[in-house]
Amino acid sequence: MIALIDYKAGNLTSVKKALATVGADLYVPAAPEDLAHAAGIVVPGVGHFGATRALDAPWIDAILARIGEGRPLLGICLGMQWLFEGSDEAPDLPGLGLLSGRCYRLGANGGRGVKVPHVGWNSLAIERGETAILEGVDSGAQVYFTHSYVAPITGDSAAVTEHGENFASVVQRGYIAGVQFHPEKSGEVGLRILRNFLDLAG
Amino acid sequence: MLSKRIIACLDVRNGQVVKGVNFEGLRSAGDPAALARRYNVFIPLSVGGGIRTEADAAAAVDAGADKVSVNTAALADPALITRIADRYGSQAVIVAIDAKRETADGRFAVYARSGQRAAGRDAVEWAREAESRGAGEILLTSIDRDGTKAGFDCELTAEVSSAVSIPVIASGGAGGLEDFVDVFTAGRADAALAASIFHYAETSVRALKEHLRGRGISVRFLRE
Repeated sequence: MIALIDYKAGNLTSVKKALATVGADLYVPAAPEDLAHAAGIVVPGVGHFGATRALDAPWIDAILARIGEGRPLLGICLGMQWLFEGSDEAPDLPGLGLLSGRCYRLGANGGRGVKVPHVGWNSLAIERGETAILEGVDSGAQVYFTHSYVAPITGDSAAVTEHGENFASVVQRGYIAGVQFHPEKSGEVGLRILRNFLDLAG
Repeated sequence: MLSKRIIACLDVRNGQVVKGVNFEGLRSAGDPAALARRYNVFIPLSVGGGIRTEADAAAAVDAGADKVSVNTAALADPALITRIADRYGSQAVIVAIDAKRETADGRFAVYARSGQRAAGRDAVEWAREAESRGAGEILLTSIDRDGTKAGFDCELTAEVSSAVSIPVIASGGAGGLEDFVDVFTAGRADAALAASIFHYAETSVRALKEHLRGRGISVRFLRE
């Protein structure tokens, strides 16, 4: 069973539908202890980093416990940014801190004048060849983005995307993966990535 | 590089997809579910029309919408934009602006209630305010061009697109393939929306994208 975390940040309906399409057996845990039998965890989300405040200490402990047992986690959009140390969008609120670096607003590093939020179809430049979450996805594949803040490029970046500047669009470190775009809205490429995650969860 | 978007618009009234001209004389263009199936399933969906409160926005999001668009209610209560953006993020809020060229001064005036009532605002100024209040995109419709197939109003679109830093979706007037080239170049649009030409199957989305690619405009293809 894949646990889909609902912390009231955006639309679970489309994530549920897409995961079900690729064959996931899904549930939405009502309390942190319900994560005990999760084969994998998906943290979706869209919107303001402040929404992650709902993922409080008991949730964090339960999520870290499952990751510690070798169960994979996929963060989507805001759920990916939450894996980092924090975000300039809500400076006082720490992230999960499993990945190093801090999220920042697109253009804050002097990127050339592009429109923000970054909305629409953009391409992945795959940086690492053998990343499980990107199995079967070609460099140049187009996926759907909608966000204003981005994660920094670090050693955990598996793919980068350019919108005025390069940012991390796919990250993977061990059992933890994150995608800045919305796989549930990215047609066949997105479904393939969700299927790859299910394979990781076994 | 970010691709230009082509957006198929389904206007639904009483369970039927409808399309009019200059916002009037709506006629049926078919069954919404059947038309929606002609497009793709796992792609973004925006819902608009009659969203007046945060609760209306929440209901649309709960029903599966990725974004909501507000128009008349935002004109009456601009703080609504901020309230929805605070809850769902700016990327979930589209402010729809219906504009008509005023014969007196050539400026673009905003209309509320599906084009029925002058809102007493200038389109460029209102777009700027919407952005400052937290809108993530502007859906800009030319009432003069709606349903006419006379081409997008590139002058209107360029004025608004240059005035804001958020994406602008051009709407109203799509007739032929070259109209999209014009609105993405001269009109500086980030996305273009059309209804009539897709519903009546005059043009497929794919044929349009092939045309745009041939003209050097970046678009997304499902399969190469």
